[in-house]
Amino acid sequence: MRYAETGFNLEVDLTRGNIECVATDPKLVPLHLGGLGTNARHFWDRVPPETEPYAPENHLVFGTGLLCGTPAPGSNRTIVSAISPQTRLFGYAMMGGFFGPELKHAGYDKIVLRGRSPEWVYLHIHDGKVELRDAKHFVGLGTLESAELIRQELRDPKAQVSSIGLAGENRVFFASIEQGRSSASRLGLGGVMGDKRLKAIAVRGTGDIQIAHPPEYMAICKEVLEFIEKRNRNPIPGVMPILAGLGSPQEMAIHDEKWHTENFAWGNARHRRKGFWTEEIQKSWTGTMERMRTRLLSCHNCPMKCGAAISVDTRLCSYMMKCFSKLTYTMAAMSDLDFGLRIAQKATEHGVDAFSAPQTMAFALELYEAGILKPTDFPGMPLDNEGAFYWLLDRIVRREGIGDVLADGTYWAAKRIGNGAEAYAHNNIKKTEQLPLKLGMLNPIYFLMYCTGEKANITQIEGNFPQAPFATREEREAFIRDWPQVPDERFKQWFVEWELRGEKSIPSYPTIDATCEIVNWQEKMHYIDDATGLCAGLSSFPLKPPYHLHNLPALISAGAGLELDEAGLDRVTRRNRNLVRCLNIQRGLRRADERPPDDHWKNRFPELEQKLLDEYYKFKGWNQDGVPTRETLLELGLDYVYEDFVRRGILEGG
Amino acid sequence: MSKKPRKKLVKRIKIDVDKCNGCRACEVICSSFHAVPRYSSANPARSRIRVIRDPLADIYVPVYAGEYAAAQCAGRNEYTIDGKRYEECSFCRASCPSRPLFKEADSGLPLKCDMCESDPTLEQPKCVEWCLAQALVYEEREEEVVGEEEAAPDEVELGLEALAAKHGWQTLLDTVTRLTKRG
Repeated sequence: MRYAETGFNLEVDLTRGNIECVATDPKLVPLHLGGLGTNARHFWDRVPPETEPYAPENHLVFGTGLLCGTPAPGSNRTIVSAISPQTRLFGYAMMGGFFGPELKHAGYDKIVLRGRSPEWVYLHIHDGKVELRDAKHFVGLGTLESAELIRQELRDPKAQVSSIGLAGENRVFFASIEQGRSSASRLGLGGVMGDKRLKAIAVRGTGDIQIAHPPEYMAICKEVLEFIEKRNRNPIPGVMPILAGLGSPQEMAIHDEKWHTENFAWGNARHRRKGFWTEEIQKSWTGTMERMRTRLLSCHNCPMKCGAAISVDTRLCSYMMKCFSKLTYTMAAMSDLDFGLRIAQKATEHGVDAFSAPQTMAFALELYEAGILKPTDFPGMPLDNEGAFYWLLDRIVRREGIGDVLADGTYWAAKRIGNGAEAYAHNNIKKTEQLPLKLGMLNPIYFLMYCTGEKANITQIEGNFPQAPFATREEREAFIRDWPQVPDERFKQWFVEWELRGEKSIPSYPTIDATCEIVNWQEKMHYIDDATGLCAGLSSFPLKPPYHLHNLPALISAGAGLELDEAGLDRVTRRNRNLVRCLNIQRGLRRADERPPDDHWKNRFPELEQKLLDEYYKFKGWNQDGVPTRETLLELGLDYVYEDFVRRGILEGG
Repeated sequence: MSKKPRKKLVKRIKIDVDKCNGCRACEVICSSFHAVPRYSSANPARSRIRVIRDPLADIYVPVYAGEYAAAQCAGRNEYTIDGKRYEECSFCRASCPSRPLFKEADSGLPLKCDMCESDPTLEQPKCVEWCLAQALVYEEREEEVVGEEEAAPDEVELGLEALAAKHGWQTLLDTVTRLTKRG
């Protein structure tokens, strides 16, 4: 009997139309758990580093987290992986929603897709029945639109559908995979799905997911649920509203956008607009949200309501959104919320990432203003920003004219455009557009996270430690009084002593040693979540979450029938983290790539920054080029990685 | 039998469809609670509560499994409430041939909500406990009823009724007679 996992993967060769149900090796679970861990192992074993992103040899894997579909609140994440067209590294993007649990109930932990279908198809899974069906009649349709038509065609309103829109079909480098109220949108995995000519996957499952030790498992689930209820009633004082509660930042619920609109940068991540948030704007945007937000929504088995149904000129629901996508289009186009929510509907149907798409469009307009791109590049584009954004979005997802260049994202587009365009692609890490955030003083914790995050996305590495010190010692002492989530007592001390100004403030405090520990803790939490499929919103992302280092080992053990203690979980997590890094090392990632955008902070400290990287690499057991050392690899049982690195000349043998 | 008014405990789950956030935790915990052994598995397909969802139509209706219906309705109505169109099935509790809801996934036998009756008694049904959105709220109240107390059917009686519903009373009687004679 396999617990928590199903023990089977679905392997689909799209070139030949062959479908196989493959029993997986039970020994992989104690080594990697599931989700990102076993996805990474799959890529190591099966996808050589020479593989081109848009080649039949690339694999696209939908991997459920180990605990996905169990009664643990928030256990619903699917980790989608492929070699990314944007970074050309191992890419992974995650989605909540309902797809992962449904896939587990159908009897599979992962769907592995390889090859390229000769014609457009979609994959239909209903328990043991799996088929590739003609999708020619859905080509060109939107993500939600085609999902709905597929459900009708299958006469199965309960099927969960992951689909791509025009952007994925046309292999846009930042195309997303949309799934009801969630999406796997970073790093262009929708483009890989399009390259495989797979329009959608519809899944329906009616099988059981087994729990190894039910009473123990449910006792923790119950505690977690009670903690959430209590935590929802008691938001953390002293931090901005979106960081006070659990879940993904509660962008759908709150109206006060002073912090985002005045601290994040508008346009092509350029302009800070101090004093933007007036009473008049507040009234107008609140009105927009109340008019267009029909309902707050949750993912599978989660009490948080991070998402919302948004209605554009209807009383029902046009699409679903969450988090900061609320403002990315608004701010990139220097417009208002009504515009942002309207264009986001089109963008969701086309299936594009809500960080990269608006930024790429703002980048295009900047190049136009700077004279680097010419009016002839934009034939018929409306002159107003909003009209221009709709026009550009349409060209990008169809790869028409200048849209074909922009569809590769700012990094690659700038290279193709040349003529000084590179300086305008200024907000990237590892070739990927970042949050439009430009700040004053270097923060050592964030410096390391930005540099070393393997997903090139700050929200996938930050979380449990406050983003900034609280103003007074009293507030800080109050905060640590009730903070059992920390790995050990030192973290409390570091926070208590962290001042806004003076000796113990950024960039020199937290000290380099403390910074390494803090970054490591936050990253570790994300790697656990990405393997278990528990949502970061209840675990690695918010302050004081219900899941933490001290209850997760028991939960995972009781659910999957493992014997994991804190040290054991740490070891599994380090193994997964290093394996993900090694996939990228194989593909050329080195220290030189690990840098935040030059203008991310105004005040930079090159010497300190290099020291931070030096020490963090040492802390992680990596050499000064960011490559895991022989000792690290052998200690984690990654001998096969070590041998490969020696063969490739990445590490020295002996 | 006495005709005096007497107290009867009425259990009720109040459903507020406007508060439902569509998470299906009720389905997960119901199936898990009713698993044998308890909590040993999760599977919404076995749940005695299902959320009728149509996200793009903004429809979220938690519905509890009620009586078994041997045949589907001859005609079904459609309701428009506050601009939303609901099929009659959206509110129907029956385990019936027209849809896959409220049937044991393996055997196809009908399921019915039992308000999580168990020993010791729970404070409230599990689905309510797990619904932090408070779309499901449990209510117990005592009502005064006049009339004869309904005798609770015992297990044998329930079993016989089920057999009769399947095979007809005559077959059942014949079989009982035959078996009795044999004994």
